[in-house]
Amino acid sequence: MDNKRRTFLKFAGVAAALGAGGSVPLTLRAAYAPEQEQYKQDRDALTATRWGMVIDMRKFTSEEDFERCIEACHSVHNVPDQQLPKQKQKVMWIWTDHYEHAFPSSHNPYLAERVEHKDFLLLCNQCDNPPCVRVCPTKATFQREDGIVQMDFHRCIGCRYCMAGCPYGSRSFNFCDPAPYVQEKNADFPTRMRGVVEKCNFCVERLEEGLQPACVEAAPEGGMFFGDLDDPNSEVRRVLRENFSIRRKVELGTNPCVFYIV
Amino acid sequence: MYDGGKIIPGLVIFLILLTFPFWFNIGQAAYEQPELQMPDEETQCIEPTEWMRANHMELLDVWRDMAVREDKPTYVSSRGETMEISLQKTCMSCHTNQAEFCDKCHTSAAVSPYCWDCHVAPEEVSDGQ
Repeated sequence: MDNKRRTFLKFAGVAAALGAGGSVPLTLRAAYAPEQEQYKQDRDALTATRWGMVIDMRKFTSEEDFERCIEACHSVHNVPDQQLPKQKQKVMWIWTDHYEHAFPSSHNPYLAERVEHKDFLLLCNQCDNPPCVRVCPTKATFQREDGIVQMDFHRCIGCRYCMAGCPYGSRSFNFCDPAPYVQEKNADFPTRMRGVVEKCNFCVERLEEGLQPACVEAAPEGGMFFGDLDDPNSEVRRVLRENFSIRRKVELGTNPCVFYIV
Repeated sequence: MYDGGKIIPGLVIFLILLTFPFWFNIGQAAYEQPELQMPDEETQCIEPTEWMRANHMELLDVWRDMAVREDKPTYVSSRGETMEISLQKTCMSCHTNQAEFCDKCHTSAAVSPYCWDCHVAPEEVSDGQ
């Protein structure tokens, strides 16, 4: 009896040891998963704790100045051109409008002429307190740590709550498949599909490569500045210190991060 | 057995129907892995080929979140190589032909991923679409 138990235990011990030894490589192999691999930030990337933009409207003197910025943005981001079936359904990341529409709460009937008849360059204000993020039911719109309000197109279900939430009209909905209306596709950036909302992303994909946003590069000399609002030595802060600037619909408490010098 | 004359033929019919896929396919050609067009210049994918074949969809799923949501757009592979996380810029710079590489397996496995609803395949650009 004793002998039998002894042999059984020996046998079981050896078997367990063999089993454990044999299974280690297998478990290691099974544990190899991409999420346990290394992911890191780009070394060349521009970083900040709160990105912001200053637009000096005095430097935009002609229609072409605006056109260049809009064209630069829309071609980089595969935004469909304005030949969409219905004009009301056009997609805009950056566009122009008059002062009374851009700044409705500070409009007055005796506005200086140079401001009254001037176009303003408008884009997503990348609010510090973004209503679009709060209302998004799928967290497709979210705020990055550097303040940029970004969209994950993969998650967007097209409910358009964000469009109702955004007080600046910065968001566009794809009522039809936009791909056929993109004249020349940029192979480095995706297009969108029908039923997805889109907007300006402060060129996050360019910041990763260490480049300034496309509109800033295309703007007339000294017309647009982009930088870290939290850094008192940054260029945007210098420009804001030296000039009087206004923001759109501040009274709503969204704390927009796009500043206009008029 | 009561009603054995009905129950037994019923069971037989049921078993025949249940095993229909097996005997219907007898004599038909076995599944063959489709011939894929491999990149000309590269010999090695970012991870071992076998692993990529089984796991590329999960890798891409994690890549998407890392690049879009986590602000970590660089991947370090198990061989220690670093690369940009991008379907268009990294994957499809070698696998340039969507129809001859991606679609062949996907069609034969009857899956239809919606990657290219939005992402631009290289031939779309060269076609000027």
